[in-house]
Amino acid sequence: MTPEQIIERSRELVAQPLGTVAERWKAEHPGGRTVAAYPVWAPAELIHAAGMLPLSLLGGGTSVELTHADARFQSFVCSIAKSTLELGFQGQVKGVDGLVFSNICDVARNLSSIYQRNFPGTFVEYLHLPQNSTSAAVGEYAAAELRRLAAAFGDAFGLTASPAALAKSIEVYDALRARLRALYALRIAEPHKLSTVELYTVLRACTLVPPEEGIGWLDVLLAELPRRAARARDRLRVVVEGAFCEQPPLGLLEVLEEAGCYVVEDDLLLGWRWFTTDVAGEGDPFERLGTAYVNQAVPSSTRHESRQHRSAGLIEKVRRAKADAVVFMPAKFCEPALFDYVLMKQGLEREGIPHLLVEFEEKMWTFERTRNEIETFVESMLFD
Amino acid sequence: MTAVTERQYQGQVHEHSRRLMAAWMDELSRAEAEGRPTGALMISGNCVELLRACHILPMFPEVTALQNAIRKKSLPLILKAEQAGYSSDNCAYVKADIGLFLDGGMGPGKPIPFPTITVCNYVGCNVYVKWFEHLADVSGSKLFMLDVPFVRTAEPSAADVRYVVSQLRELITLGESVSGQKFDIDELREILTHAARAEDGYARAKMLCKHHPAPFDAYFDAINMMGPINVLRGTREAAEFFDVAVAEFEGLVAQGLGPLSEERFRTVVEGPPPYPFYRSFRNLFARWGAVAVASTYSTVGGIWEWGFRHDPRRPLESIAEQMLRENLTNRSIVARYAQIKRYVEEWEADALVIHSIKSCRLFSAGQGDMRDYFTQKLGVPTLMVESDLEDPRYYAEAQIKNRIDAFFESLEHRKLVQSA
Ligand code: SF4
Ligand code: SF4
Repeated sequence: MTPEQIIERSRELVAQPLGTVAERWKAEHPGGRTVAAYPVWAPAELIHAAGMLPLSLLGGGTSVELTHADARFQSFVCSIAKSTLELGFQGQVKGVDGLVFSNICDVARNLSSIYQRNFPGTFVEYLHLPQNSTSAAVGEYAAAELRRLAAAFGDAFGLTASPAALAKSIEVYDALRARLRALYALRIAEPHKLSTVELYTVLRACTLVPPEEGIGWLDVLLAELPRRAARARDRLRVVVEGAFCEQPPLGLLEVLEEAGCYVVEDDLLLGWRWFTTDVAGEGDPFERLGTAYVNQAVPSSTRHESRQHRSAGLIEKVRRAKADAVVFMPAKFCEPALFDYVLMKQGLEREGIPHLLVEFEEKMWTFERTRNEIETFVESMLFD
Repeated sequence: MTAVTERQYQGQVHEHSRRLMAAWMDELSRAEAEGRPTGALMISGNCVELLRACHILPMFPEVTALQNAIRKKSLPLILKAEQAGYSSDNCAYVKADIGLFLDGGMGPGKPIPFPTITVCNYVGCNVYVKWFEHLADVSGSKLFMLDVPFVRTAEPSAADVRYVVSQLRELITLGESVSGQKFDIDELREILTHAARAEDGYARAKMLCKHHPAPFDAYFDAINMMGPINVLRGTREAAEFFDVAVAEFEGLVAQGLGPLSEERFRTVVEGPPPYPFYRSFRNLFARWGAVAVASTYSTVGGIWEWGFRHDPRRPLESIAEQMLRENLTNRSIVARYAQIKRYVEEWEADALVIHSIKSCRLFSAGQGDMRDYFTQKLGVPTLMVESDLEDPRYYAEAQIKNRIDAFFESLEHRKLVQSA
């Protein structure tokens, strides 16, 4: 496949209802099961090690009209929570056998139990991922939590993730993540060769296919893209921050670039790129994965890190990506992103890094106002 | 029909609680001058006993926030925080607290000192993690993240308990370094004995609301007990307070007296109250003769009515178990349905009132589903009204009044039809 074909294939996949993606894979793998993870971190290795297909559960985007879920969740709740529940009501996740949520915020937590109440036939698990980053007990706890999930898969589906299989799956996902890191590095070096819409689309498609297939795509992209004919433009290099859960519409990412930015770093689908390096250690794979969740993690608004200031990770991203500015892009009503905005913004200001705030909703479809805001910001920076 | 009036009973409970809380606030305001270490804590499933045993004076930003709201001082503080970048969509408790700092009402030389340490008991509420990160940032105090796994299985696992106990030990080490005093487990045991007595008293008081009429309003009056149980738990004074309270309520039961001249409707109330309009909100129910016989808000710090008590024989384990299991915030919203159902049945309530709070997604996100469950599945008449616990901008009295009136009118009609 050529890069263009891979990007096109990714586009098609991303546009399909999650249930369709799951059903097709199951048709090719009789007796197979699929489990989808709500943002942010996905225990993909564990699902994979149990012989199932890990998927991302990312709400309904622009494709779902709310008919039931808005009577369940109030107007002041983010869209992804509502549209995820709506997917259930509209049968768009049929074929997905299980859903996994974790403690990213109060809304996601309530959603997990409400989903379970409304769809008792679906397997729903809620993970409590560690928020203490320095306790001596955290590794053991995290490993126990992952073992609990593995046991729950065993009870529900009769499929277990043996330690040997988990070690192998960690290797597979390490390989996938290493390539994603390389692709992100390529975009930092030559952002004109890979637009953010393209990168995001491929990344998202990688969360809908077996990792081995994604690895194949990424190898092609990494080999071919450096040769892609594209002219570098005079644009503002920005880091996008805050879009780690609800998905920004593609149109918004397009507008960002059309209005004069190169996105050189972001926190899109962060959970699928969680580890900064390959998962470390030699011993028990549950412990390795659990410890890595805390000690090898990318900075994230959904995990507390007491070893550094909230803004440190963002500032590091700006420096590493040689960015000129930060575009904060929280989803409307997104608590973790909106709270972090304050401490991060203060940190950026101390460092003299400019920033812009652009709130979005997954179902947003006109972007003119946003375009104007970004253009004004870019102009003020480029012609300063 | 005769008009329902409020019986100005308030009695000793209200005064006594006020006195105890004022004494604690007083102690806090002197802490800095006296060189006493302070520790910020959250209300939900807290480990106040442990701080006490570490000779660290507990302080609760949530209490400051609600007091400012009751005194109608919250809006300027919220606006200050919003000017500094906080979103209008974030929990206003946090904004009022940070606003207090920005306004110069907290910090060195102020009645509300900066905490020496900030202990984030992350029990359910994810906003707690953010709030205390921000508080530690402005105050420069050491943040201790006490991670309490959410209840996601029938009972907390042994791994959950071990994890929390380990962190409690690490907190003790930090406490010793802050206070310069050696931790004494026997002192903690004694504190837990007082705690268990208070818990017992609180539970007994709540059980008395099974009587018709209930001797007090388990939503609006419970606030008088929430200070002693959540903030002062572990002191002898708090334990004695509940002896007094229970005796007073028993006296009312014996006389057949409740908080209103007549108890026409018994409700269960879900969600925190609108503190900036506490009194007027209460009146909207009182005029219908509606008395809360049970409430979920009164269990944010702990659910004592199902029998859990701190156990001085297993001090750290029982603190961990309470944080993990026996409080509303660390349980799922659907587990809350079961709690409410039990209240409706055992306390013989006529209706459920859901006060949906914009600030607090922990309580509110998904309450439409709760309403659906109670009305469709159980056939319990359910009223849902929306406002906020801290931000007065979200309280639309006329609209709320209309909904309450319409609800009780139909409930009255239903009663008439049933009795005919
Ligand atoms: S968008 Fe934000 S508030 Fe909504 S579920 Fe995701 S993290 Fe939570
Ligand atoms: S979200 Fe709710 S529980 Fe959490 S701090 Fe705000 S009011 Fe309190």
